[in-house]
Amino acid sequence: MHVPDGFLDAPTSVATGVVATLGVAIALRGAHRELDDRTAPMAGLVATFVFAGQMMNFPVGAGTSGHLLGGALAAVLVGPWTAVLCISVVLLVQALLIADGGVTALGTNITLMALVGVVVGWGVFALVRRLLPSRPSSIAPAAAIGALLSVPVAATVFAALFVIGGTAPVDPARVFAAMVGWHVVIGIGEAVITGLVVASVVATRPDLVYGARPVIAARELEIREVKVA
Amino acid sequence: MKQRTFLLLGLLVCLVVAGLGSYYASSHPDGLEFVAETTGFREQAKDSAVSDSPLADYQVKGIENPRLSGGLAGVVGVLLIAGLSTALFWLLRRRSHEDESSVSRS
Repeated sequence: MHVPDGFLDAPTSVATGVVATLGVAIALRGAHRELDDRTAPMAGLVATFVFAGQMMNFPVGAGTSGHLLGGALAAVLVGPWTAVLCISVVLLVQALLIADGGVTALGTNITLMALVGVVVGWGVFALVRRLLPSRPSSIAPAAAIGALLSVPVAATVFAALFVIGGTAPVDPARVFAAMVGWHVVIGIGEAVITGLVVASVVATRPDLVYGARPVIAARELEIREVKVA
Repeated sequence: MKQRTFLLLGLLVCLVVAGLGSYYASSHPDGLEFVAETTGFREQAKDSAVSDSPLADYQVKGIENPRLSGGLAGVVGVLLIAGLSTALFWLLRRRSHEDESSVSRS
């Protein structure tokens, strides 16, 4: 979903740039609470995995492809503030070195994939986690549902930005319908990847999964009878 | 699994995905490009100011073989992101002498 230069006009790009800057600034403060000696290297790995995952475009039919956005995945693994920074670092390197996503569109891409992707991915995850039984096996399905919804919502926000500040006259209804339609399908891929990766980490090192902390804490506080003598 | 083992295994997965797997990735336009094409704004895209970068479009400049060029770009990208982001997160982390309550008050 990397927006190239030229799709959005200058005022819209400046506005998303301001939103992105504020979002990243707040995330820099928030991430301090999530990161410690143990989770900082994990967060580096998560950013790296998102970068690698974004190279793996998967076909979604009719000559179209999609790839991992990673907002929900990163938020569940390392916490939402750190996740915003993970995705932003990836987008920054892609925009400045790889020409994937425009330079003037960096604010737009951070807004869509780092901010909207993480907010929706984490928000839905946290909600579903509350509805499911409080155990580690609930974490991956909750993450997958967060991932599933994060992609079409980010696509909807892009469509809205294009209607406001797009550089070509288009039929807004068609852009909304096409963006949401295709990104629902891409969201299924996002959900599958996110669910599998979260499930693998929960299986090997549940203590490294930020989003699993409440259910692990609940388990640790379980009271068991112990035979004495 | 020890954390060090976990992290190294994770990095290996990233290197394999970006260095080897990416060659098999779909080369079709992504959702946004496809929508831009069908709804008529694809032409508005401008070349990025860094489109002649040595890593532009996930290909290392000067290497003709697409599998080698793309794989190498993936490996360089992975190492770059791993280094940059781990350094950032290490600088941002809570030092052990700060307890959580003192941080949340700040």
